[in-house]
Amino acid sequence: MNLNFAQEVPLSWYLILSAILFSLGVVGFLIKRNLITVFMSIELMLNGVNLSFVTFAQQWHEVKGQIFVFFVMMVAAAEAAVGLAIIIAVFRARATLAVDRIDLMKL
Amino acid sequence: MNGNLYLWLIPALPLAGFLINGILGRRLPKWVVTAVALLAPLAAFGLVLNAALGFFGFIPAASSLPYIETCPQAWINIAALHIDFSFVLDQLSLVMLLVVTGVGFLIHVYSVGYMGDDEGYARYFSYLNLFLFFMTVLVLAGNALVMFIGWEGVGLASYLLIGFYFQKKSAADAGKKAFIVNRIGDFGFLIAMFLLVSNFGTLTFTEIAAKLGMDPGWHGGVVTVIALCLMLGAAGKSAQLPLYIWLPDAMEGPTPVSALIHAATMVTAGVYMVARTHVLFDHSPFALGVVATMGAATAIFAATIALVQNDIKRVLAYSTISQLGYMFLGCGVAAYSAAIFHLMTHAFFKALLFLAAGSVIHGLGGEQDLRKMGGLWKKLPVTFAVTTVGVLAIAGIPPFAGFFSKDAILYAAFQQGIYGEILWGVGIVTALLTSFYMFRLWYLAFLGESRSPEIHPHESPWSMRGPLVILALLSICGGWIGIERFGAFLAPSVGARAAEASNWSLAIPFTSLHLSLEICLVLIAVFVALEGWMIADKYYRRKPERPARLAADFPGGYKLLAGKYFVDEFYGATVVKPLLGFSTYILGWVVDVGILGGAAWLLGGIATFAGAILQRWQSGNLRSYAAWLAAGAAAVLLFLLVPWATVLANLPAIHLSMAGH
Repeated sequence: MNLNFAQEVPLSWYLILSAILFSLGVVGFLIKRNLITVFMSIELMLNGVNLSFVTFAQQWHEVKGQIFVFFVMMVAAAEAAVGLAIIIAVFRARATLAVDRIDLMKL
Repeated sequence: MNGNLYLWLIPALPLAGFLINGILGRRLPKWVVTAVALLAPLAAFGLVLNAALGFFGFIPAASSLPYIETCPQAWINIAALHIDFSFVLDQLSLVMLLVVTGVGFLIHVYSVGYMGDDEGYARYFSYLNLFLFFMTVLVLAGNALVMFIGWEGVGLASYLLIGFYFQKKSAADAGKKAFIVNRIGDFGFLIAMFLLVSNFGTLTFTEIAAKLGMDPGWHGGVVTVIALCLMLGAAGKSAQLPLYIWLPDAMEGPTPVSALIHAATMVTAGVYMVARTHVLFDHSPFALGVVATMGAATAIFAATIALVQNDIKRVLAYSTISQLGYMFLGCGVAAYSAAIFHLMTHAFFKALLFLAAGSVIHGLGGEQDLRKMGGLWKKLPVTFAVTTVGVLAIAGIPPFAGFFSKDAILYAAFQQGIYGEILWGVGIVTALLTSFYMFRLWYLAFLGESRSPEIHPHESPWSMRGPLVILALLSICGGWIGIERFGAFLAPSVGARAAEASNWSLAIPFTSLHLSLEICLVLIAVFVALEGWMIADKYYRRKPERPARLAADFPGGYKLLAGKYFVDEFYGATVVKPLLGFSTYILGWVVDVGILGGAAWLLGGIATFAGAILQRWQSGNLRSYAAWLAAGAAAVLLFLLVPWATVLANLPAIHLSMAGH
């Protein structure tokens, strides 16, 4: 196994990729109407952050970053379970997933 | 020797009566209300009587006078100022307490009959007990602040009882008037207390007296100011010129209230207060002169108004003001014991007269107009008899009570040089007027033929006649104590100078010039009293058409008197109206609506406007929140990354580190 791979690709590339992923998530979150797409955008942001975690972990030879990623993935999985259940419940009740129309709690 | 007299029980019992009847009165059966209301003052009177008998040596004395009872817990303790909640029983407060609780109890009994059919029976008695509570606090007070509690409290009770028939506008207005006019006097009392604290550092009467006694340099100046402020307070409470105007209106209250509060006890609180603080007045001849002048002026002023009043209670009200003027005249010539003596006899005969008037009003079904009475002696024999006693007593005809006390005051005044002789002259003229208007009342109400044959008067029940008879006996015998014995008894409380002034006939040999002077003065006084009677007899019995003709001959004078010198109108035009205008326009419109209301509107407007703008943020649109969140995060990022932003962020830290050096 070539362990120098990490050394060959500069740190900034990882971080730029991470930022692009995160920004895509943000933009998707902001402009998309479908609740499922919004949800997926959040996952994208989480994974962008995860990428930067592992990058730094590799950079500083620090295992805490790796561990943190596991935590994030675990929470994301739990969130997906709960979130999808909510989405299904909302769809059953309202027959729509457009976030703008789910506004019953609005003033 | 110093056993316990349980002084605190004397006010506490009426207070308990007030609480029981005030809270539960409407749910309790009537006999319970009556029992509670009567037992409270009776028990208080018993306690006072116990102390009095002990002092006079009839029973083993529990304590010697003065007897002081202080609440063990310090009341007010600020810096150098220590004020205890203390009660003092000395000769002065003992006399006053006997009058207050004794006459008070009799009037409670009378009220059982008088107010028997009233819906507010329990309310009435709870107020009456409340009054006794505050009055006893006032009398027992060992310092000015405790006295002030009672002072304000009796004002409250007076307000509640004047406005007892609050559905009637005139009664409610009269209550307010009494309260507001008394505020002016209370203001004087308050200022006097502040001055006492700042100059003497104490409000305790005995300590003030001690400090004044130690330093003979206390003359005039601040003592005069304090005394004049106290006098203003006394003038408000005791209805003296120029603050007497509330008392005639106070007659809107039930008649026993007029007898208890507005004749016998509360209105004499001012006289009592002056006697209590007499050391201050003794050190200020000027203040004494003002008190004497005020008293004499009030006496003759009120007496002239009483000449032409047609409402039986108003005649008595003005007569009360006039008699209070006598008491202040007595105080003003430093004859405190004579003033207190007159206070006591006045409490007897004026309570009697008021209660008798109440009996007449009760018997006539509410009629108070003297012109519609007449010939009542046949229908109301007991009332007639006791009124006769009362009239003779107030007119100063021996051997009735008023003769002795009034004579003592006039004699003391006569001894005070030229000015005293002028005051004596005013007093004698007032005595003539007093005798005249009282006999006028007597003739109009009781003698002659009935002027309202359609009314069938009935004599009052025994609960009313009993107190009348007892008070009549007191009005006959009350003066027989004699001013010498009375003055000697009071001397420890009101000072030797006063005792000296009133101790005259003991000290002076029988054959001396002074005795013949005394006899002369007495003869003049008696002659004047009889003369008043004769004039009344002529005008209201032998030639009943004369008064109307006299009024027609002097229309201006009659109008002036009947209109009570138009003092109410004068105050209305000079004080009430400008004040009302100021309140309505300046305070009401400019300050309240304009400034305060405007400020409130402005603040509200700013909040509304800001809210309208900030409201847009709270759109409820999830994505806009997210966009703000992202923008915020971006801003933080920018802040951290751009170098100058870092400098800005470190500014507070730089400041802190500089401060640390």
